[in-house]
Amino acid sequence: MLMLVCPYCGVTAEETEFAPGGEAHLSRVGPDGSDEAFEAYLFARANPKGVHLERWRHAYGCGKWFLAARCTATLEVFGTYPAQSKGPPPAVLDRIADRRGAGAAARVGRGAPDAS
Amino acid sequence: MRLETGGRLIDRTRPLRFRFDDRWMTGLAGDTLASALIGQGRILMGRSFKYHRPRGPVAAGLEEPNALVTLGTGARAEPNVRATQTELFQGLRADSQNRWPSLAFDLMAANDLVSRFLPAGFYYKTFIRPRAAWKHLFEPAIRRAAGLGPAPKAADPDRYDQVYAFCDVLVAGGGVAGLAAALAAARTGARVMLFEQAPHWGGRAPVDGGTVAGGDPAGWVAAAVAELAAMPDVTLRTRATVAAVHDHGYVLVEERLTDHLGGGPGPRRRLWRIRAGRVVNACGAFERPLAFPGNDRPGVMLASALRDYVVNWAVAPGPAAVVVTNNDDAYRTALALRRAGISVPVIADARPAADGPLPQAARAAGIRVATGTGIAGTVGRGRVVAVQLCDAGGGGHVTETIPCDAVAMSGGWSPAVHLWSQPGGRLRWDEAGAMFVPDPDHPPTGAAGEPIVTCAGAAAGALRLPDCIASGARAGDPAAAAPPAEAEAEAPLLPVWVMPSGAGPRKRAKMWLDFQNDVKVSDVELAAREGYRSVEHTKRYTTLGMATDQGKLSNVNGLAVLAQALDEAIPRVGTTTFRPPFVPVTIGALAGEARGAVFQPLRRTPLHDWHAAHGAVWEPVGLWRRPYCYPRANESRADAVAREVLNTRRALGLLDASTLGKIVVKGPDAGRFLDMIYTGAMSSLPVGRCRYGLLCNEQGFLIDDGVVARLAEDTWLCHTTSGGADRIHVWMEDWLQTEWWNWRVFTLNLTEQLAQIAVVGPHARKALEALGGMDVSKAALPFMHWAEGTLAGIPARVFRISFSGELSYEVAVPADRGVELWERLVAAGGPLGVMPYGTEALHVMRAEKGFIMIGDETDGTVIPQDLGLGWAISARKPDYLGKRGQMRPALADPDRWRLVGLMTLDGSVIPEGAYAVGAGRNANGQTATEGRVTSTYFSPTLNRGIALGLIRRGPERMGEVLTFAAEGRRVQARIVSPVFHDPEGKAQDV
Amino acid sequence: MSRYSVFAIVREGLRHHTGWPRAWASPEPRARYDAIVVGAGGHGLATAYYLGRNHGITDVAVLEKGWLGGGNTGRNTTIIRSNYLQDPSAAIYEKSRALYETLSQELNYNVMFSPRGVMMLAQTEHEVRGYRRTAAANALQGVETEFIGPRRVKELCPIMNIDGPRYPVLGALWQPRGGTGRHDAVAWGYARACSQMGMHIIENCAVTGITVEGGQVRGVDTTRGPIGCDRLGLVVAGHSSQLADMAGFRLPIESLCLQALVSEPIKPCMDVVVMANTVHGYMSQSDKGEMVIGGGTDGFNNYTQRGSHHHIEETLRALVETFPMLSRLKMLRQWGGIVDMTGDRSPLISKTPVGGIFVNCGWGTGGFKAIPGSGWAMAELMAKGEPGPLAAEFSMFRFREGRFIDESVAAGVAH
Repeated sequence: MLMLVCPYCGVTAEETEFAPGGEAHLSRVGPDGSDEAFEAYLFARANPKGVHLERWRHAYGCGKWFLAARCTATLEVFGTYPAQSKGPPPAVLDRIADRRGAGAAARVGRGAPDAS
Repeated sequence: MRLETGGRLIDRTRPLRFRFDDRWMTGLAGDTLASALIGQGRILMGRSFKYHRPRGPVAAGLEEPNALVTLGTGARAEPNVRATQTELFQGLRADSQNRWPSLAFDLMAANDLVSRFLPAGFYYKTFIRPRAAWKHLFEPAIRRAAGLGPAPKAADPDRYDQVYAFCDVLVAGGGVAGLAAALAAARTGARVMLFEQAPHWGGRAPVDGGTVAGGDPAGWVAAAVAELAAMPDVTLRTRATVAAVHDHGYVLVEERLTDHLGGGPGPRRRLWRIRAGRVVNACGAFERPLAFPGNDRPGVMLASALRDYVVNWAVAPGPAAVVVTNNDDAYRTALALRRAGISVPVIADARPAADGPLPQAARAAGIRVATGTGIAGTVGRGRVVAVQLCDAGGGGHVTETIPCDAVAMSGGWSPAVHLWSQPGGRLRWDEAGAMFVPDPDHPPTGAAGEPIVTCAGAAAGALRLPDCIASGARAGDPAAAAPPAEAEAEAPLLPVWVMPSGAGPRKRAKMWLDFQNDVKVSDVELAAREGYRSVEHTKRYTTLGMATDQGKLSNVNGLAVLAQALDEAIPRVGTTTFRPPFVPVTIGALAGEARGAVFQPLRRTPLHDWHAAHGAVWEPVGLWRRPYCYPRANESRADAVAREVLNTRRALGLLDASTLGKIVVKGPDAGRFLDMIYTGAMSSLPVGRCRYGLLCNEQGFLIDDGVVARLAEDTWLCHTTSGGADRIHVWMEDWLQTEWWNWRVFTLNLTEQLAQIAVVGPHARKALEALGGMDVSKAALPFMHWAEGTLAGIPARVFRISFSGELSYEVAVPADRGVELWERLVAAGGPLGVMPYGTEALHVMRAEKGFIMIGDETDGTVIPQDLGLGWAISARKPDYLGKRGQMRPALADPDRWRLVGLMTLDGSVIPEGAYAVGAGRNANGQTATEGRVTSTYFSPTLNRGIALGLIRRGPERMGEVLTFAAEGRRVQARIVSPVFHDPEGKAQDV
Repeated sequence: MSRYSVFAIVREGLRHHTGWPRAWASPEPRARYDAIVVGAGGHGLATAYYLGRNHGITDVAVLEKGWLGGGNTGRNTTIIRSNYLQDPSAAIYEKSRALYETLSQELNYNVMFSPRGVMMLAQTEHEVRGYRRTAAANALQGVETEFIGPRRVKELCPIMNIDGPRYPVLGALWQPRGGTGRHDAVAWGYARACSQMGMHIIENCAVTGITVEGGQVRGVDTTRGPIGCDRLGLVVAGHSSQLADMAGFRLPIESLCLQALVSEPIKPCMDVVVMANTVHGYMSQSDKGEMVIGGGTDGFNNYTQRGSHHHIEETLRALVETFPMLSRLKMLRQWGGIVDMTGDRSPLISKTPVGGIFVNCGWGTGGFKAIPGSGWAMAELMAKGEPGPLAAEFSMFRFREGRFIDESVAAGVAH
């Protein structure tokens, strides 16, 4: 039974208040993409045993989608951040580096966050 | 027998009558059922699972594996209740279990006579042939012999409550360690919740002696409880068992509210669901039995249990008890027995020497202490009458036989680490105590990776009173000072896993490890011999630790025997996983109040009560209820549907369409957004017009459909299916928030704000005109247009759309005006022949028109192109959700199954779900198919069966006759156009 | 190795069972094998068994990081059925069910296959239509099922409440030859049979790397040293993504936690397996007398084997509604397993981008019932390098083509 913090409304809440939405930061592949790229977009999943970046929706709260960095082997949550991000923000990456080492942070870091 | 004096928990002035099996007996207030029975001289309380051996209580608390009864009668009968935890009340009725015909004379005990041929896992090696015999002969016999109590026969009449709570520190266990922890934590200002499973506070300390704060532990316990009770942020509950600690500090507690009263008003039990900042596990420790031959005979008990029976309830199996031990603690039992006037002929101590203060005190009290001594066997039928002593290190040569009524055994203690281990805390082996203790370096962790459980007292391995209470205080607040406490020093125990250690196979087959499941030392050794060497294999092969006590008494002994058999160190063998719950939890409490009519929320349309009052037969649609049809007196459902269809086609029908999803999409980028969400072009839809739209997922499969109306330059109203409203709204928000987050679009789900009524049939216009207020003529409001105005004085939005093929208006009004509009329509439609119609008539009429239904024609694998809906896909758009998916080879395959109409040659209705039989068989030998029926109805309009179906290259095969198979018969049907009724669409466009 | 029989039991009983041999040997790994199967669960062991039995390949090692049968094989609710809708699923599950019928005799190990019947309740009109469709499909697929009405449901399962106020039972899809088996025994029986063929079952041997040269597998690195092979089968359920990662490719797999629980044992009260998909729960009674209960999966990726409690509550709420007598029973134990879910919830028995590496995974919530058929099909794939008809549709490349095997069409939850 996870506890998560919604980065929009700031509420720390029960897992039952949220709805999970799978792997985060997938780039949509449209009609111009190849079969392989489209397959990767829809199906090929990192599914790591370790730090996972994932989507959640505050379904019974503010209704916003957000992203979480969470360890699938221990359920530790390193942080949550807005869905409008290209990658985890520095604070979350620092937390991952602190708890799981720089390598783990580098594996999930995808450049600077983008809040455009 | 009941002792003349003593008994700290009983009230000798309040006798209570109770019945066990066929006999009424008398106990005392404060008794448990087990203590009351012992007081009445009844030791035999149950039968073991496999061999049906006679069994008495071995423990005095929640770890009891033997004394299980069915408590109560009729619908309130509860099987497998531990007599050791059952508080006595006036009129209590309990029945023994797993015996036939009676507890004293159990025919199934024949299993015991052949037990040498029924070792662990014998059933894997036998009952193999003949094949049919397993299901028809062997398995039924095994099933009848297995199981414990009888299955409840009726629905549970009791209620179960569930509450949520929050605290900073949750303390599990109200012994001295738990009380010290709660006090220390509460004094820092923390919100504290303290739960004790027993009806009274203090745990073992009041029985075991020593001093706290210079006095009797019971005095300190009373003062501590009083201090806690006076603090505002402290919650105290007895009869409340902490059942589970889940991830991130989610704790389940089951509280028994009325069981000890024999029932009463209010809920029977309460399930607490608590988020705790941290948990202090102060659940104590379980004493371990010793594995000596005949250790399962009634009257053989844990030393601490016999001590409890004597001190707490002043009962004992008889006037003489032998103590057998490998440690000093059991001497407390000998001393307590002597103080209570029970003779202790001998203390058999497996250790070569016993010279600590407790053995010295025993000797001083005149008790004989035999060191280096073990038990070679017990004597008695149904209960122990004597024990045979032997050299603890020998092969079991009997040196002496000593008459006795009870045997108090102690093999050391195992900390109750369950609440630590459940959420992932690790254990380490404590060599000195020969026990697994929590490894503080590997605690269970919470959301931020922080430790969430601390163990305190005996649960942390601090077995002696001063250490125990100090560890409790530290767990509550590291800076807290523990109350001073004293207890006798204890010499180290000697690990003894098999007694006598040199026993041969015959004796090892009489040494019980798991009492309930009849697992013996020989069984574990057999598992090791056969290669079931992982502790999990041994558990599963022998069923060790799988009984209702979940191994509380047997696990450590069992894995120690396994380790010896494998010649491995115990920590290398490891333990099995501790799974919730700590103690079995009532399923009713876990299910809570949501039963019967309130099992799930019920969504009602504004017209729900009208439908109910007018005889609607309901169909569940998600959490909604929709009228399936409105049968009249003596009318079948099929007849009602036919009447509703024909009346709607010929006169006037009303449908409650309020469950349809209604989502407003608004903003400067709303058109662009809808062009991505829908397969068609919505940005080009003029204001005032309606357009049918399809939604696909990224795979390209059709997920929903509905009519979209453009309300204003920047505003669209999207209708969805009834089941799709919430899902599609979430879907839209998903894309807006996570993919196109800089698009300026807002969405709002208005489904429940509006009542929507379909006014359908040739007289529909007349009905609306009768209400007055809006021009609904063809010129003012043509087909696929909408208009806003008032009808009968009610603000309304009227859509000229049709799902039946008839002249049809869908009228949306504020939800609180829905009934008013409906009743005005019923009144105005009276002269026009108005009737309400339900979902089934709706389905029939749409099928007659060849309109698809999401969930019937689609099943998550169908694309719009399969359904002849290519016209609703904009070819000019470069992209929409699903476009790329639909380009994949399997979805662009010309051989796909496509929508057609089907008419049986004989006019009958094709069975639901029928498949079109193809030629030959596929590579796996299955009959080939080339299509299937998706909707099949009797059409009242055509007076024959009609169907829609998906057929391989169907539209290219018009006129072909196919064979459909279902329900054991075959039907021939011709491929026709899916539009059966009014193919030119004249009726709807008048 | 001795044969199991009642005579053997009597013989051994007379000498206190001191003469029983090991059920399977625990040898040291050799430097190389013809074929290596990673994962000594039911599917891995069955793969090895049929490699030997059907294809004569016995130079096989089965590597297991923990204890044999310790994954989902030993933590499922033991339901065996084949009433699937889609042809490829019905084919492999029915093959599997048929193999289960004679598995005890074939392995000389009682796996307690008990064809007591499985019913899937229809509690909405939509479900009625779905199960009628499945029954029609099954008839053509050679799977014996029928759609039965509520009265027959009640006859077969008298403890059921078919008149619940919210979801009355409208009927059920009934498979009389479905049932349950003893999950551990399936793994142990296959292990014993593999060992008797001379195969090596190596426990406590975790694969830490996969050696690929020129697009072809050469062997694996393990905690017990490197082991060479030309054919490598990855049969590791929830941990498939980790193994695929070692070999340099990704799978259409996500690992989720699925929970189950048992009640305390009671005397027999239920002779059939009941699955209720509308309300999300399924139940049977074990030979020991426990009510064996399962429900839906958690929605988030999870490797902890600990699920979220609200699923337990939801499942029990649904089952108390369907079986009101459950309320006064007690939950004895709950647990979780890590299931691997594919993009269409159907399994993979497939070649991979690496030559010589084959995967068998993605059985999701329904793997136990598939063990014999899955092993049969996987062995054929590993032996021939190409899938036979049973495995042909279960290629991992079907997702690229959009060729799904979607069973959710007929049922919400599977098992």
